[in-house]
Amino acid sequence: MVWAIENGDVLLEATLQHLALVGQALAISLAIALPLGILAARRPRLHGVVMALAGALYTVPALALFALLVPLMGLGQGPALVAIVSYSLLVLTRNVAVALREVPADILDAADGMGFSRGRRLLRVELPLAAPVILAGIRLTAVLQISVATVAAFIGAGGLGDLIFQGITQDHGDKVVAGAVAASLLAVAADESLRRLETRLRLATGLAG
Amino acid sequence: MIRLEGVGKHYPGAARPAVDGIDLLIEEGRTCALIGPSGCGKTTTLRMVNRLIEPSSGRIVVAGRDVTAADPVKLRRGIGYVIQGTGLFPHLSVAGNVATVPRLLGWDRARIAARVDAMLGLVGLDPALFRDRRPASLSGGQRQRVGVARALAADPPVLLMDEPFAAVDPLERGRLQREITEILRRLRKTVILVTHDLDEAIRMGDTVAVMRDGRLVQHDRPDQVLAAPADAFVAEFLGSDRALRRLTLLTAAAACRSGERPPEGAPEVPAEASLQVALSILLGSGAEALAVVDGGPRPVGTLSLAAIRALAAGLPDPSGAVARSPPLV
Ligand SMILES: Nc1ncnc2c1ncn2[C@@H]1O[C@H](COP(=O)(O)OP(=O)(O)O)[C@@H](O)[C@H]1O
Ligand SMILES: [Mg+2]
Repeated sequence: MVWAIENGDVLLEATLQHLALVGQALAISLAIALPLGILAARRPRLHGVVMALAGALYTVPALALFALLVPLMGLGQGPALVAIVSYSLLVLTRNVAVALREVPADILDAADGMGFSRGRRLLRVELPLAAPVILAGIRLTAVLQISVATVAAFIGAGGLGDLIFQGITQDHGDKVVAGAVAASLLAVAADESLRRLETRLRLATGLAG
Repeated sequence: MIRLEGVGKHYPGAARPAVDGIDLLIEEGRTCALIGPSGCGKTTTLRMVNRLIEPSSGRIVVAGRDVTAADPVKLRRGIGYVIQGTGLFPHLSVAGNVATVPRLLGWDRARIAARVDAMLGLVGLDPALFRDRRPASLSGGQRQRVGVARALAADPPVLLMDEPFAAVDPLERGRLQREITEILRRLRKTVILVTHDLDEAIRMGDTVAVMRDGRLVQHDRPDQVLAAPADAFVAEFLGSDRALRRLTLLTAAAACRSGERPPEGAPEVPAEASLQVALSILLGSGAEALAVVDGGPRPVGTLSLAAIRALAAGLPDPSGAVARSPPLV
């Protein structure tokens, strides 16, 4: 506690760095997962592969995955970003695919029967209806990435994980706690704010009360 | 006009075709009720007309155009489509739902807004009360009305309906069937209505097409199908009360001997009442004949039990009482 008060600027900088890292990772994940998820929702084979891989990857410990990536990518922020994205990408992809597959069949049938083209149906019907579930996936991914990013400090990601690792090597308990608490608060805040957005979206799509 | 010529559908891997060489002509402004047991191919037949399912064989002509040669997306914008669950878009308001096809067609805002209100009025929903509501806040019957309004919004000449009222409670269903039938007649829509409900088929169809195992076994006016089932299957499907059902299609006025004075003290029946109602009055009173009245100073004619019996049996009908629609060609 004493450490955190005396080193407020260090803590703040680490938090901002952490946020920036997760923000980038989330944006990159979304940019890949959205099209991939849309594709997977339409192709049963790809869907199967994504589901299986996502499940398998999820069971690999983050630290082990990162260690495996070091010989390929080296150390630093770039490789850390790649590591975080690759760890969470398939989870988000799976969520997008599942969200799209949950859109009721009779609604899609009606849309087709009225003369929506494929692209228009996706934009005007499927994505709006899938939005709450996709957002739930984004929320899970954000929380996952905030926690995984602390571990990614191990390969040079910086951020709050740095404080924790430093604290451990320097045998500086306060520093460890400060980093850990800040990371947890970040995760809770992200979870709560995205959850609220999700509830609003759910009401707006009229699917659930 | 909708014409099916030797239309068939063989799903890949299926042992036999789901639809097997159907010829069917539905004239302009008429409703054909497509009926038959579950799995006989009704939905498949219907969905081939707007090419949600590609036919394996045959030709389908809608309003003079061969649908198999058309761009399916454009084709569907010109064909109304109503399904059982309504398939309303839950994320759009009632107005947004009704505006769907006009928007796809690129109408301007003012025209769409006016059209939405007109359509809601047509199906008996006050635009001011319903325009901004969400489908989730509507009753089953109201949803189905919105579904019909949405299907008719761009004024398509042809309408396809797949068990549209199956999920509506019975009381509301009867009302919907009557109102929608009246609207479709007035607008002269050519309609295929898929149903497994015989009463609905009789009530709404100008013609009834009976399917079995992918084949069309009979297509005729409802009274004709009831009077003369094509085979034992149709007879059984129609049920042993088909003679009674047939009486619901005929009015007392049309079946009575007009001008003939009824016997003294004969019970009265309104001219527009169905023969089923007339029969009920006869059985209830024990009389042999009824005075058919229309509010004028004297009865319009006499309706005898013998006449009803003859009509129910589907005997040649001297009075021409069965004249709801011209004969099929
Ligand atoms: N997409 C499909 N693929 C394979 N078989 C189908 C498909 N849709 C329907 N069938 C089969 O075709 C037959 C007719 O189905 P359908 O047209 O839905 O009948 P109905 O609407 O009269 O109940 C059934 O045996 C059904 O199992
Ligand atoms: Mg069906």
